[in-house]
Amino acid sequence: MRLQKATRFALYAALELASRSEGYVSAAEIAAKYRISLNHLAKVLRTLARSGLVEASRGVGGGYRFVGNAKRTTLLEIIQLFEKIDPIAAGEREPGASTEAGLTLKSVLEEIEDTARATLSSISLDTMIKMAHRQAERRAKGTDQRQPATLAQ
Amino acid sequence: MHSSAAASKAVKIRRASKADLPTIIALDERVTRVPKTEYWRELFERFSERKQGRAIFIAEIAGRVVGFAIGEVRAWEFGSPPCGWIFGFDVDPEFRERGIGSRLFEALTSFFRSSGVGTVRTMLRRDDTLIMSFFRSQGLRAGPFIQLEKNIEE
Repeated sequence: MRLQKATRFALYAALELASRSEGYVSAAEIAAKYRISLNHLAKVLRTLARSGLVEASRGVGGGYRFVGNAKRTTLLEIIQLFEKIDPIAAGEREPGASTEAGLTLKSVLEEIEDTARATLSSISLDTMIKMAHRQAERRAKGTDQRQPATLAQ
Repeated sequence: MHSSAAASKAVKIRRASKADLPTIIALDERVTRVPKTEYWRELFERFSERKQGRAIFIAEIAGRVVGFAIGEVRAWEFGSPPCGWIFGFDVDPEFRERGIGSRLFEALTSFFRSSGVGTVRTMLRRDDTLIMSFFRSQGLRAGPFIQLEKNIEE
């Protein structure tokens, strides 16, 4: 499964902000940490602010702060602010969709989609932060050779 | 102290006895809305044999049963090496979000570890987001098996 760039940036930003809920974090700091475009991230953060998950503050010491409930906010909720994960939008018709093969293919794709949705809707930001910490611990022990940026402890 | 941490400390976790059976039956029925008296009787009978690798843990606050966790070590089903299965787990809705589920999960995983297994497994309804989120928060991920079924009534 591939997520659009804006969706991935939104997940990085939400995770970063939720793991540092004590204060405001600048967009520039997040962009630098994840090596992503500041302009693109700023647009994404505006969408997150409109959704009520983050709060923006202007001026010196300003930035963004997570104001949602990290234990209740799921990955699916954030993803759906930016894209649909359904393979076919409701009412949309693709060539051959009404044939036996088309209907069978649709049911197989729905099986995959149901699993993806169940996975994304069961993982909260809080759980993702814990998973990232475990990942960091594994890396520190040398049992994982990948080198991603760590979330705030 | 945070209220959930305080509540979690007030919880006593212990092994179940036959006297807990009616409470577990009632709690399960309240949560699932499906009475399964016979199932629970048989299960308690089987688990009372105290065979190694089987356990029912009870969470209790001031003498009131507020949750339970049931598990057993199963070996070579579906070709799987010995593994701890959690197949019954519930916390009274009035006492949720106080860390009681985590305490029960810890008790069961410690028990599995002492029984010599290094993996814990469960199976959930895909649409049961609440319980799936709970197990995710405890670190469970999709495993190497996939469940398949077929309606054979037609």
